[in-house]
Amino acid sequence: MPPMIRREHDAERMLGEQFRAFRPADASAGRRDEAFTLFSEAGLPSRRIESWHYTDLRGLVREALPPAPEPDAATIEAARERLAAHAVPGAARVVVLDGTYRPELSDLSALSAGVTVTSVLDALSTGDLDAGLAAAQKLGQVESMLALNAAFLQGGAMIVVAPDTQAAAPIELVMLLSGRAPAATYDRSYVKVGDRASLTLVERHASLGDAKSLAATVLVAAVGDGASFEHLARIDGLGPQALHLGTTLIRLGADAKFEATTLVATGGVTRRQAYLEFVGENATAHLYGVSLLDGKSHADTTLIVTHTAAHCESRELFKHILDGEATGIYQGRVVVAPGAQKTDGKMLSKCVFLGDGANMYNKPELEIFADDVVCGHGATVGALDDDQLFYLRARGIPLREAQALLLEAFASEAIETVSVASVKDEMNDRVGEWLRQHGR
Amino acid sequence: MPAVQDTVDQVKAIDVSEYKYGFVTEIEAERAPKGLSEDIVRFISSKKEEPAWLTEWRLEAYRRWITMESPDWSRVKHPPIDYQDLHYFSAPKGTAGPKSLDEVDPELLRTYEKLGIPLREQEILAGVEPTNRVAVDAVFDSVSVATTFKAELAKSGVVFCPISEAVHTHPELVKKYLGSVVPVTDNYFATLNSAVFSDGSFVYIPPGVRCPMELSTYFRINDTKTGQFERTLIIADKGSYVSYLEGCTAPMRDENQLHAAVVELVALEDAEIKYSTVQNWYPGDAEGKGGIYNFVTKRGDCREARAKISWTQVETGSAITWKYPSCILRGDDSRGEFYSIAISNGMQQVDSGTKMVHLGKNTTSRIISKGIAAGKSDNTYRGLVSAHRKATNARNFTNCDSLLIGEHCGAHTVPYIEAKTSTAVFEHEATTSKISEDQLFYCRQRGLSGEEATALIVNGFVRDVLQQLPMEFAVEAQKLIAISLEGSVG
Repeated sequence: MPPMIRREHDAERMLGEQFRAFRPADASAGRRDEAFTLFSEAGLPSRRIESWHYTDLRGLVREALPPAPEPDAATIEAARERLAAHAVPGAARVVVLDGTYRPELSDLSALSAGVTVTSVLDALSTGDLDAGLAAAQKLGQVESMLALNAAFLQGGAMIVVAPDTQAAAPIELVMLLSGRAPAATYDRSYVKVGDRASLTLVERHASLGDAKSLAATVLVAAVGDGASFEHLARIDGLGPQALHLGTTLIRLGADAKFEATTLVATGGVTRRQAYLEFVGENATAHLYGVSLLDGKSHADTTLIVTHTAAHCESRELFKHILDGEATGIYQGRVVVAPGAQKTDGKMLSKCVFLGDGANMYNKPELEIFADDVVCGHGATVGALDDDQLFYLRARGIPLREAQALLLEAFASEAIETVSVASVKDEMNDRVGEWLRQHGR
Repeated sequence: MPAVQDTVDQVKAIDVSEYKYGFVTEIEAERAPKGLSEDIVRFISSKKEEPAWLTEWRLEAYRRWITMESPDWSRVKHPPIDYQDLHYFSAPKGTAGPKSLDEVDPELLRTYEKLGIPLREQEILAGVEPTNRVAVDAVFDSVSVATTFKAELAKSGVVFCPISEAVHTHPELVKKYLGSVVPVTDNYFATLNSAVFSDGSFVYIPPGVRCPMELSTYFRINDTKTGQFERTLIIADKGSYVSYLEGCTAPMRDENQLHAAVVELVALEDAEIKYSTVQNWYPGDAEGKGGIYNFVTKRGDCREARAKISWTQVETGSAITWKYPSCILRGDDSRGEFYSIAISNGMQQVDSGTKMVHLGKNTTSRIISKGIAAGKSDNTYRGLVSAHRKATNARNFTNCDSLLIGEHCGAHTVPYIEAKTSTAVFEHEATTSKISEDQLFYCRQRGLSGEEATALIVNGFVRDVLQQLPMEFAVEAQKLIAISLEGSVG
């Protein structure tokens, strides 16, 4: 078959111009050029690319927003105010504003001994990337959006937890957009959890303004043997003109534990994708998520979980509540490589519709090349169960309250495992608040 | 738990090398020259003495086809097919419309006898009416050689004949419905079929008639270097019912032969069509040499209210299977069902599933798919369930389970579930596993041996589908899936 002929797209052409203007003449130039070539060859993902079928970036991105400039003093001040309002008690705070790491906004005083946080640009310019992180980074090499992120990389944090360090204090990674003028941000952070170490990372994405934005954000994590990593993410309060593309690349060692919970409650277009690979035996990964969507918002959750090693367990549970004309997408693929015997994988995506015009696309996939495994997936779509509503109403609970009760229970199942009490409460409160805003 | 020895043995028993229907019938054939061109399309059309509109219809499909590209999205791998290296028409000599079975070449009759297909209408013995009679249309390469019980069916107004005959006897029906479910431009193989389709069955059930017997078509590819491109069209008029069975076999050859069929079903108000397939094309040898490429487009249209279409398939043969029997649920309250057992062994590749497209109000559908992969085969379920914005109260239940036997096979599930109305309720579940330790433990605790327990569980695994098959086919299917049933274990 002849190669597909791809018409050059306005945004792609603009990105080329922007790249030539942006490209810093430092040691990173070669790496950036290589990444940009990769991106130009693949282009913006379109609906013809299977994994982007429901989130057609070629159709959505009409013009390429310029990379965000260094934030000015006023922006930093506004960010400081916003940050003061929200804090995870006892946590160290790492702030990335408009794509760049801001030490002046960060607060590392609570950082546990054995944990270091540095600017990612400094870390990349001074030495080679850790082998585990480099391998994890390769998981997403098929993605042209990751190549774009590497080409335009503005900043991010390098978080390293030394072996045998139990980081008692969570690290809060706040990604703020100034939202004053239309802009694109490209940040990438790395998390290295050493052997037998543990870390909780609370990631938060928010915007100070409503200007059009594109945020291509990447988190690369290497979790060592016997280590445990908890990743709690919240994408909240981005405006209707926001395009958020978040990618997580994770590699798990033997006996490692990974727990992730993601709450998406925002406007605009969101794509959260995770590539996870089990490279050592007996590791477990639990991925949970809740999406609360309304208006014309669009949220895509895409997971590729690859079992390369035997005896690992993966669990995915995603809940979607859709109002208005929102579009929810869940694509999950569990791959069991030859030899990954005794794999135990379960995936579940559940959707409740509140609005008449909402759409839900589910695509849970299994790709299995080993025989001694137990894998399954389920997907449901529907309105609230009439029987359950009837049961509650028969006990004197008014309709509205009964609906809220059931919806809160529905969502909270995916939030239950969060270990940081304040984050868990915050997430549950957000669900309650969202439901009240939507008349439930 | 690894699959127990017995189960493994039974899979071996239906192994590709054990293919029973691989003989060749030595019979003189009349063929079109190799290759595909407008002339060949005209040649096929003139062989069938078709009216001008149909020749034009074929030519249009051909012109469209040459602009299309072979699809590459399915999870199957094969070398590119040389479409110019095939005979698009092959008919046993002297079959131009035999009036009775006595005129049919006895060699052909022996072939069908060997395959176990009764072409002679069963005589009434000692005044006892035989039960479970089946009318058969036998398609040999590109032509239908015999159709049984035609006269008796005609008494109730049922039309059952080769489609090449229907073009002449019922042109208005053919013209109205041909290509109305699977448009000429639908996909690469359907378009190819539209250009060069040879024979297949045509069924029309008049309003309010319950077809008095099972109808069946038996497809046989015999000639070398040919493809089979049959076309089946079934129309169930208001309030009627028909159950239709389809079986297929081919000789063992080193070459890959192409089978690109199109099946169209139309169910009008309150009508019901039950379509069952036991597909046993030659799967190739243990190294994956030879075998049929089975690239089939099957689709049913529940065109009016309360229509029902049910597909049941047992897929054991073919080197590559690529088919998605689908239901368009257009009429309000219509219902679609899909029951499938797909077994792959040796080097076989299966990419099969269904599409349930909910367009009407209160439409319901049910999908039960059981895949069993053994040897070095790959078995993929690919399915779509979608509800249009106006398809209020659409309901679907999907269950696809896969069983893996051996370390070198693969089982995959690729479902697409698209809901565009908030009143839809879709439930999907899929599992892939070996036989569960818990189930085995439970059975053994109650005194069953390990082998018995396994037999019981495997039997349960495919039972949901087997019980959907008509009696006649269930027996054949049971033999084919010897791995799964009580009688065959212990």
